[in-house]
Parts: sequence; structure tokens; C-alpha cells
Amino acid sequence: MQSGLVLLVMSLLVFVGVFAIGNPVDILINPDADQAEIERAIKALGLDKPMWEQYWIFLVNALQGDLGRSFVFNIPALQLIWQRMPATLELAAFAMFLAIFMGLPLGMIAGLKPGSWIGRTIMTGSILGFSLPTFWVGLMMILLFAVYLGWLPASGRGETVDLFGVPVSFLTLNGLSHLLLPAINLALFKLSLTIRLARAGTREAMLMDYVKFAKAKGLSNARVILVHVFKNIMIPVVTVLGLELGNVIAFSVVTETIFAWPGMGKLIIDSINVLDRPVIVAYLLMTVTMFIVINLVVDVIYSLLDPRVRLGDLKS
Amino acid sequence: MSQSELTLQVEDLQTYFYTREGAVKAVDGINFDVKKGEIIGLVGESGSGKSVTGFSIMGLIDPPGRIAGGRIMFNGTDLVKLPEAEMRDIRGKKIALIFQDPMMTLNPVLRIDTQMTEAILAHEKISKEDARQRARDALGQVGISSPDQRLKSYPHQFSGGMRQRVAIAIALLNKPDLIIADEPTTALDVTIQAQILFEAQKLCRETGTAMIWITHDLTVVAGLASRICVMYAGRIVEKGDIDEVLDDPRHPYTYGLIGSVPSRNKRGMPLYQIPGMTPSLLKLAPGCAFRQRCERATDTCLVMPEPQQPQPGREVRCFHPYGGGGE
Repeated sequence: MQSGLVLLVMSLLVFVGVFAIGNPVDILINPDADQAEIERAIKALGLDKPMWEQYWIFLVNALQGDLGRSFVFNIPALQLIWQRMPATLELAAFAMFLAIFMGLPLGMIAGLKPGSWIGRTIMTGSILGFSLPTFWVGLMMILLFAVYLGWLPASGRGETVDLFGVPVSFLTLNGLSHLLLPAINLALFKLSLTIRLARAGTREAMLMDYVKFAKAKGLSNARVILVHVFKNIMIPVVTVLGLELGNVIAFSVVTETIFAWPGMGKLIIDSINVLDRPVIVAYLLMTVTMFIVINLVVDVIYSLLDPRVRLGDLKS
Repeated sequence: MSQSELTLQVEDLQTYFYTREGAVKAVDGINFDVKKGEIIGLVGESGSGKSVTGFSIMGLIDPPGRIAGGRIMFNGTDLVKLPEAEMRDIRGKKIALIFQDPMMTLNPVLRIDTQMTEAILAHEKISKEDARQRARDALGQVGISSPDQRLKSYPHQFSGGMRQRVAIAIALLNKPDLIIADEPTTALDVTIQAQILFEAQKLCRETGTAMIWITHDLTVVAGLASRICVMYAGRIVEKGDIDEVLDDPRHPYTYGLIGSVPSRNKRGMPLYQIPGMTPSLLKLAPGCAFRQRCERATDTCLVMPEPQQPQPGREVRCFHPYGGGGE
């Protein structure tokens, strides 16, 4: 209900916003075309009607699942996005995977041994991950690994295999080598974030009475840390990373552009360049929907992790 | 008092915290022993070192703290010298700890049964089902109704008093020889407090478990413990039979403590206050630590008084003790 309203407001904002940017006809149509031809094109694209009417047509169509056709490719915008989505999802999922499975252990080590050289090294690394701009790190990685060392390819997706009808890269060696650099690039910031969250959570939890009590029960250190501490630090980590996942999917623009990764981020940049209005609108609406879904999922995971937020308490 | 009757014997225990400003002598050379089935009261104000004593016995002093000297003889073994792996085996099995704040001691995200069975499974190789059974019995033992259902609950579904019962049940799980109770009733209201005190006493009588009851509340130990140690600034200043110490305090600090407890005979009269406040353990001047607050202090007190024994089983660390004739 609330989500529907958010979508509606969003669509209006985007529609008006995109209108304000400029007239796609100037870009799309061959400058040599005569006036009659231009008129015909404008009519074909439905750009001759006033804005409110265009919006109304868009809205009616949208409710029927039609978000318009791309001016450039002349196929439905939604279909275009669907085509690009697996690439972005794969990149984002792989990046998140790296961030979580490297960030949590590293952060916990840093939290358990805050004063040691290893703890300090991890924290210094995370500061770099935070402060170096993504595009610069991406370019440096291409320079180092693709140009100088020649270990990994600099662009594209490589070979793909169909998994449940969706093309994915990570199952072939060639595809994986293509995936690695952009994924690391995209993961770097999330990794630093995860490290910080895990470290702060660990340090806080280690001081809690329940940790001391767990030790007083004679539990092994491994159990105290992996069960008692771990489950508690997962709460903030899931919250933040859930939101970050939306960001990674929606705005992997920079990374996808640098590594020429054929995903949605690259699509939106290209579409903005040529003012492909329906694609922009459809993309942003998709993004909003995605955020809503992710938030829902986070809430569900949250209630699995933290019994205190569960609704419908057991009767006491 | 034969050796075999003693569960715990603390000899000249020193626990220091090494901070940047210097060593904080939280516990500085204390001696006491606990017999089988006996309840000992460890009394003192905040910062007197009573909790640190408890944690030292458990081997749970975190850096920068360290046991700097002394022995903790438990059933004939010195816990100070024990390697961590063996100490872990004693922790929770032979010696159990109950904390002050029941709201904080249970992990909020784990179910009660997890938190209870893990305490058993850490020490014994029995099936999960048997461990659960024992957990259920322990909950019943501390007076929690429908323990089967309660095992599946989370800590936040319990009230404070219930949580402390759960914590006590966890302490009882492995039938320890010694329970260290660190102000376990401070956070509870008076009726619950009375119930828990009653159950603690019953338990020690029935199972022969020894108990160290750490508190700042003299009225709590008065009806509970058989002997009492009064701590001040990391040292035991007075030690003896509970009735003797309470009826006839010798050390000026104990005297002041007892004087500040409200009672019916003193209705309408202002309560006694010990002047001043606890000294910082960091800059402890030589001599008796209580001397700046003491009415009876003289120049002799500039030297640390050695424990004196005015009567058998009684110990006072003072040059000018009150003399044996009541208040």
C-alpha cells in the first residue's frame, strides 16, 4: 500500500525530471531530416502531446505492465532492462559475497585484537577502502592486473553459461576472470564497511556480561565468539548491508562503465546520454521496487536473527 | 578444620590491573577459606575488590588485569597455576558464577535451552536430549513453572527475577562444588530476593555446595552466611563468625557499616555516615587505607596494620580496634 504510493510519486518525479533535461528528438533524429520527417517521428514517439497527457498514457500502460519502448532500440524498455539485469545482479552478488565473507572474519579479528599489528593493519586497509574513489581504484586495478601483469582481462563479461536460462559468468574460468576485477572494485567499499561494523560490534559484545557469563560456563573460546558474539554482531551488519545491496545493484554505474560490464548501470548511463526517456523511467522504477523488496527481506532476516523484534510473541 | 573439608582456600591473593598510570591493586593480599557446604559473605562497598576476587577465582580477569601473586587452592589444586584448558574445564563445572545484573547475563539472541544445554555439553559427552532433560529439571528446581515451555523462550520473555532464576539454574546444572554469587539479588525486588536467598541456603544444605556471596548489603548476608569477610580497598579488614562480627564489630570500618544500616530501634534518628569516600586504588597512601576516614586513626596507622586475632576464628586489621564490649 505504502509501497504503491512511493512508486507513484517516484514515477511522477522521474517523468517530470526527465522532461526537464531536454528533448530527445534533437539527439535521436538525423539532423539532415526534413521538417515533415521530424514531425512524423515526434508523432510516432508520442512526443507531440502535452506532458500531463503523456504521463497519463504512461501511467495507464504501466499498470498493464508496459513501461514503454526504448526510443533507441525500439524494444520494450522493461525487456531491455531484463536483458541487462543478470549481469548486474551477478556482479553485485559476487561483490557482496566478497564483502561479507572477507569482511566479517577480518572485522572480528580486528575487534578481538584491537591493539595488535594485525588488527591495526586491517583497520588501515579499511580506511583506504573507504577513502579511495571507486573509479580511481578501478583504473589502477586495470593498469596493474590487466596492463602490466596481464593476469586478468580488463573489460567485458567473458564466456557465459546458462544457469536456469540466465547467462552467468562465474561458472566458467574465463567468465570468472572477467568478473574478478569489477567485483573486487565494487566490493572494496562494502568490505571496509563490513569490517568496521563487525569490529565495532565485536568490541562492544566482548565487554557484555553475557560474554563473560558464557566464559564462566566453561565454554570454549570458539563457541563464545562464533555463537554468542557472532549472532549479536549480525544484527547491525544485516541492516546496513541490506541497504547497501540495493545501492550496489542500482548504482554500480561507475564500476560497470570502467570495466565495460554489460549491466544495467552501463545501460542507464547510455540511456541518459541519448535521452532514451522510457528506459530511464523504467530503470528508476525498477530500482525503487528493488529497494522496497530488499527492505522487506532485511526485515525478515532481522526477525530471524533478533527474537526481540519478532511479532506475535510467544505467550509468556 | 581438616584440609579435606575445605573447598576453597585463598592465600595472599593479589590481583593487579596494570594501567598507564600505574598498577591498580584491586585485590592486595587477601586470605580466606570456604568449607564444604558453607556460605561465606564477602562484604564491602563498590570498588573494594570483592567482584575482582570472584573473577580471580574463576580465572576470568581480563587484561590489563593479572593475578600478581598468591594461591587459590581449590580441592587441592592451585587454580592460579592451572593451564587455561584445564581451568576451562573447572569453570562452569566445579565452580559456577552468578552475576549481578540478570538483564545482561543471558545472551539476548539465543534461546534458553541453547544457553543451558551448552553449559552441560561443554563439560560432558551426553546426548542433546539428556542435556535438555537436565536443563528442564534445573529450571524446575529454581521454581520456574512449566519449564518445558520456558526452555523454548528467549531471555526477553522473562522478568528480571525469572532471568536471575535461569542464571542460577545454569549455575546449578553441573552440580558445582562452589558457587560464587556476585550480588545476585541487588537488581531484584525484596520479595524475589527473599525467595532466592531461601533457595540458595536450601541448596547448600542439601548438596554440600559451598558458596561465596558477594554483596554490599549487610542485611542480606546477616541471615544467610555463617562467616563474613569485610573488604576495604583491596584488603580484608575484618573476618569472623557472622554473629560475632555483626554484634561486636572490631574494625572501625565494619563498625561504621553496621551503624549505617537502618533498623527499628533507630527510628527517627539520622543514620550514621562514614565520612569521606573510597580512596582511589591508584594513589593509595602507605598505611591503613581507611585512616583518612577513621575516627580512631593515629600516627601508628601510617604503617599497614597486620591482621590480629582478638579471639579464635576472628581477624581484624587495625591498631585501634573497638574492644569486645558491644557498641
